[in-house]
Amino acid sequence: MDFPSTQFVPSRIMGTYQPIHQIGMWGENFKSIGNPSISASVIVEVDNKLENESETASHEMPAPSCKHDQEASKPFDKIQRRLAQNREAARKSRLRKKAYVQQLESSRLKLMQLEKELEQAREQGLYIGGGLEAGHLGFSGAVSPGIAVFEMEYKHWMQVQNRQLGELRTALNAQISDIELRIVVENGMSHYFELFRMKSTVAKADVFYVMSGTWKTSAERFFSWIGGFRPSELLKVLVAQLDPLTDQQIFEVCNLKQSCQQAEDALSQGMEKLQETVSATLAAGQLGQGTYFPLVAMAMEKLEALVCFVNQADHLRQETLQQMSHILTTRQEARGLLALGEYIQRLQDLSTLWATHPREPA
Amino acid sequence: MDKVTRLASENGLVLFSKSSCCLCYAVKILFQEIGVTPTVHELDQDPEGREMERALMRLGCSAPVPAVFIGGKLVGSTNEVMSLHLSGGLIPLLRPYHSMC
Repeated sequence: MDFPSTQFVPSRIMGTYQPIHQIGMWGENFKSIGNPSISASVIVEVDNKLENESETASHEMPAPSCKHDQEASKPFDKIQRRLAQNREAARKSRLRKKAYVQQLESSRLKLMQLEKELEQAREQGLYIGGGLEAGHLGFSGAVSPGIAVFEMEYKHWMQVQNRQLGELRTALNAQISDIELRIVVENGMSHYFELFRMKSTVAKADVFYVMSGTWKTSAERFFSWIGGFRPSELLKVLVAQLDPLTDQQIFEVCNLKQSCQQAEDALSQGMEKLQETVSATLAAGQLGQGTYFPLVAMAMEKLEALVCFVNQADHLRQETLQQMSHILTTRQEARGLLALGEYIQRLQDLSTLWATHPREPA
Repeated sequence: MDKVTRLASENGLVLFSKSSCCLCYAVKILFQEIGVTPTVHELDQDPEGREMERALMRLGCSAPVPAVFIGGKLVGSTNEVMSLHLSGGLIPLLRPYHSMC
């Protein structure tokens, strides 16, 4: 575009002032309106959608005319520069607004999810009070300090997990040495072992809490097997990401899959036996005569074994991860851990999507 | 002590159990899946069961049952058996004592 060198006429003097809802910025929507004899005439409009910059811009607007008087030599450059700054500021402002709106949207989704989970927790009688105050003990639900502590720790665990996944991603893309990668991998593995320790502690306080998986999202719970993922499921997710494997590795992974499946079946059948035992104990004697407390007490004794099963299931998960780390190279293990972490993230996203997906009213 | 040691060395694969114990049942299922048959002693059906429980605890078992012995040597409880199996060490350990298909 050809600009006249020094002439500048503010729009109001021109008398062709455009309503402020119009068009765009100088340089983007240059319009020379009206009198062709005034070659220097320009209409400068400020984009009214500018948020932070509209005031600055309107303050800026009269200034060029002053500057025109004071610095006759290069008002045009200053105008150009200032308008370019305006454009840049406007662009940044638009980006900030967009980011803010996106943040609001995701917070809204999160809030809906949290409200839903709170509702579910209340229904299940697992109301965790506003803290650990004993005053919240009520008949409708019990405050368990063990559970409250676990939930706090798990939240922190998830944050660290997400951070570590980022580190894994970066490490795999960068050219770092095997030793450095080993450290990242070891951190990832220890982190999972830490979770198993946390679960073991809270299982002693309330094994039903661990069995219900309340601290997890709904899609994760869908896949729950004795308080967590099936070890064979973990293997499936890991192995799918690991081509190419050597023949030796394929052989070892195959064996691991088989042993894992057998151990899983054994525990599953043990759990079924436990259910039968508790059920048979409760149903003993005559039903319909009112509750018979000694039977209930006996059933509870049998139920104690549930803690052992939950611990065994976690032990199996841990052993599966350990064995994989013996079979795989450091790099493969890193990819496997990343794959597993992302799989869990996708499950969590699925839960959120499900919760916010509009549905037909019942 | 003697009864436990004696029984443990009588067969290649020996399992001390209780008929009411579901974890013991899980271990039995595991052996079944692998294709081996342990010699099982149910402590709740043995007149000297209590004494045998104490003996097993003295040997270092955290829980008296399930307790697995292979070739007369204590392997351990569910934890140890599972770990051994996942690492691929259980079947080789059993091979001298059981013909497996």
